[in-house]
Amino acid sequence: MIHEEISTDSRTRRTLSGAARVLLALKIDGPLAVGLALTAAYGLVVLYSASAENTPMLVRTLMRLVVGTVIMLAVARISPNLLRRASPWLYGLGVLLLLAVAAVGHVHLGAKRWLDLGPIHFQPSELMKLAVPMMCAWYLHERPLPPRARDLGMLGLIILVPVALVAKEPDLGTAALIIAAGAVVVFLAGLRVRVLVTLVLLAVLGAVVGLRFMHGYQRERLLTFLNPEAHPLGAGYHIIQSQIAVGSGGLFGKGWMAGSQAQLDFLPERTTDFIFAVIGEEFGLVGLALLLLLYAFVIGRSIYLSMQCPDTFSRLLGGSVALTFFVYVFINAGMVTGLVPVVGVPLPLVSYGGSSVVTVLTGFGILMSLFSHRKLMG
Amino acid sequence: MSPVRIKDHWREQRMFIRRAWFAGALMVLAALAVLGRLYYLQIIRQHYYEVLSLDNGVRTVPIPAARGLILDRNGEVIASNRPTFDLELTPDEVPALEVELEHLVRLGLLQQADLPELIRTIRSHRSFDTVPIRLDLSADEVASFAVHRYEFPGIDINPRQARWYPFGGLAVDAVGYVGTISPSDLAHINQAAYAGTAVIGKTGVEAAYEKQLHGTNGYRQILVNALGRPVQRPGALGRELRVEPPTPGDDVILSIDAKVQRVAESLLKGHDGAVVALNPWNGDVIAMASSPSFDPNLFARGITEKQYRSLVEDPRQPLFNRALRAELPSGSTIKPALALGALTDGVIDAHQQVLAGYAYHLPGSAHLYHNAMHEYCGEMTMRTAIIMSCDVYFYRLAHLMGIDRISSWLPNFDFGRPTGIDIPGELPGLVPSKAWKAAHFRNPAQREWFPGDTVILGIGQGYFLTTPLQLAHYTAMLAARGLNFKPRLVTGIRDARTGQIHWKRPVLQGNLSQISPASWDVIVRAMIGVTTKPRGTAYWQLRDSTYPIAGKTGTAQLVSEQAKGASNEESYKAKGTLEKLRDDAWFIAFAPADAPRIAVAVLDEHAGWGSTGAAPIARKIMDAYLLGPDGKLLAHPGRGPYSEPSNLKPRALAGVAPLTPLQRATKPQP
Repeated sequence: MIHEEISTDSRTRRTLSGAARVLLALKIDGPLAVGLALTAAYGLVVLYSASAENTPMLVRTLMRLVVGTVIMLAVARISPNLLRRASPWLYGLGVLLLLAVAAVGHVHLGAKRWLDLGPIHFQPSELMKLAVPMMCAWYLHERPLPPRARDLGMLGLIILVPVALVAKEPDLGTAALIIAAGAVVVFLAGLRVRVLVTLVLLAVLGAVVGLRFMHGYQRERLLTFLNPEAHPLGAGYHIIQSQIAVGSGGLFGKGWMAGSQAQLDFLPERTTDFIFAVIGEEFGLVGLALLLLLYAFVIGRSIYLSMQCPDTFSRLLGGSVALTFFVYVFINAGMVTGLVPVVGVPLPLVSYGGSSVVTVLTGFGILMSLFSHRKLMG
Repeated sequence: MSPVRIKDHWREQRMFIRRAWFAGALMVLAALAVLGRLYYLQIIRQHYYEVLSLDNGVRTVPIPAARGLILDRNGEVIASNRPTFDLELTPDEVPALEVELEHLVRLGLLQQADLPELIRTIRSHRSFDTVPIRLDLSADEVASFAVHRYEFPGIDINPRQARWYPFGGLAVDAVGYVGTISPSDLAHINQAAYAGTAVIGKTGVEAAYEKQLHGTNGYRQILVNALGRPVQRPGALGRELRVEPPTPGDDVILSIDAKVQRVAESLLKGHDGAVVALNPWNGDVIAMASSPSFDPNLFARGITEKQYRSLVEDPRQPLFNRALRAELPSGSTIKPALALGALTDGVIDAHQQVLAGYAYHLPGSAHLYHNAMHEYCGEMTMRTAIIMSCDVYFYRLAHLMGIDRISSWLPNFDFGRPTGIDIPGELPGLVPSKAWKAAHFRNPAQREWFPGDTVILGIGQGYFLTTPLQLAHYTAMLAARGLNFKPRLVTGIRDARTGQIHWKRPVLQGNLSQISPASWDVIVRAMIGVTTKPRGTAYWQLRDSTYPIAGKTGTAQLVSEQAKGASNEESYKAKGTLEKLRDDAWFIAFAPADAPRIAVAVLDEHAGWGSTGAAPIARKIMDAYLLGPDGKLLAHPGRGPYSEPSNLKPRALAGVAPLTPLQRATKPQP
């Protein structure tokens, strides 16, 4: 055995070092890239079934993945210093765009979220998912940690200004994600537990007050979460049907393309926000556990990479990318299984649709940049 | 003063790592929560959700059973089925019921006037059962709906077997008809068993034998999508779908002889009246008709409000089943029954000569009761009184019997109570009594029973009421010398699966053994005399019959209730000829008189005297039944491939004494 290892050692090392060289040149982390690729591939397999063999949809998703990957590769090459210096500018641009949306935004499905830029529709709120944690990390970079009360006030302002604009669109899901992205930065910066608990309590209080200012359908969604059976065909329909889909899947699922809830249209939004339920129905607990394992790997690797970063900005931003990704997964899985209210959060890399894929991959591009340039930072 | 804070990179990195581990722990907890939830949903409650998902996508579609056929005794199919297209609605899947129905009205598929009743019916169904909203679409209507189908979620065209009466109104008063299931029908059926069934028996045999005719519906599981539309290519999802074929309803075999029935109906055409013909030896209804009639296919197809209104508002009342429900005075047809009562109770001697003049004078009263034609009877025995239908003789007889004897005697012939025929709807008629009159009238002056009330009962006038079915039943009892068979329309049920026929035994309800053979001879001879003696009231119509007929005419005077109470000449005359025109003619007969095979009662409303209007009808019905194509008496009249086997005698007959042979009646003189 030892003999064998030794005999193959040189060749293996050469091959590995060859791949490693390529990755190094691309500023890419191999395991993370593989984890992301596997997750996306799994997502495509599921989407093919969930979309009822809709090839154009699959092609569009593939295109977005390619675009996202290209951006990821490009961002990974950018120096973290540049990223840090660009942070306030990016943040400022994001706020301006959100104001523009409020002024001249494109109304789609009752919500004003889109900016019509000729051929592409652009959601500035997606930009803010990255710009807010960047801004927070930038703000904390030069300051001693844990942050003081004055810093917290400033951070609160940094986070809540765009959140207020996004929530007004109205897009509660994205607003919540932006809060989460900023909050995890503050959390990783060493916010004292006492303060954290106080803030959570304040948030709950704010939510109760906020409930009074919510749009009818937003309040409905929250109340429905508390008692879905009260409106079986109304607002509770999503939750009931998704739980039926997941539950009826059992341990091994009904088989690919054989989930009756998904294939017979009983499961609403089955290619987008509720695709998790399609996996649960067709691949069962085993399929979901596999997906969650892939996510766990991606998140774990991301945290590991963040820990290696030498400076505050990189660590905080990297950790934020990892934890925000987790928040996506948790909220989506929790929503589909009835653990958290129905908020429009896609399942990252699996749900069909729009800018979310690009945003997620851009985030990982930033993370890879931070990690791969760590030696240069000092 | 807070101490000056300096950035400590080493400390910050350690803190980040601590925080990261902390976050990692939180994430593991959250992941465990999700996995725990998944374990609960997918492992613990998997069965529950599997059932729910099946409920979602798998719709159980009923397959209605083909309704059993209704055959006559010759095997002629009177009620069958034919393929049609119906419009069906599933309440659960219709977002806006009224809107869609209004839209169908605009397409001309529904009538505005039918909507309220239709909506009521739809709402009384279970919301997941399909409700037929329009039966029997034409090809054009099918096409016009198909074009707009996508505008009507929850409404679809369904091919099915619809009830079809190939001969229209043939025997409709016996067979009845089916119609769409109404809210009141739903109250007394098992809705699950009727899921998918469009129609239900409303009257007659269709209603009475609904259970046998309906059969057992099957079902088929189909896949539907969230819009309720069937999935055309279920693929892997279709593996578990099940089919349970329906069991067709059993066929019902009628005692009706379609040949005789047709004759009866054609004879009644243009008249208002009814015919009932019975087999005296088992209660079989050979023919039963009421005129005017109607086409039951109207109901089977789903009658529109307008069509229904025109039937209901027709002054001749085509929907009125006269055979079962026309309660009228019997006229003189009651006389043989009263005579038998008087003989049995010893009130009168049959051979005693009684001088019956122009009128009967009630002792202690100045009032005179005339013969109907104001004729003179002369010296009368019971026999001649029946032959001539001498009213004066029977005024006296009734008076001698008295109301108490009469009111307890007549129910022996099932007067005043239902005959027990095996279809619903018959009325009991009325045998008046002192107690009845006391209870019936409010006015104290009318509540007392007057001797005059009894006297006119002697000729079947006054309060006494009977139906054509009751008169036929009574005639059959005269023919069978007191044997009382329950009238029946259904002789057998043919099992749909085995094809085997289960014959029903005739039901002997009673036997008037208290009447002596001698009394029977007197009455039957007298009734033969009615058709064979020149003075007989039906002589001129029936004298050329090749077989002896025992008959009795009757004329029911339809005088107003008030005039009936008094029944004096003044009030009768005051009604004038108009009232006279409304007299209903009765004729009852059985034949051949020496070995009776058929007993008939004919009602010809507003026809005047019984002999002219009703007797020829009875004659032709009996001819149709008894005579072969060569004009000779058939050995086994009414025997057909589906007539009951001759060995099926009622068990009760075993103890009945053999009939006394009746002297063969002499042929009438030309």
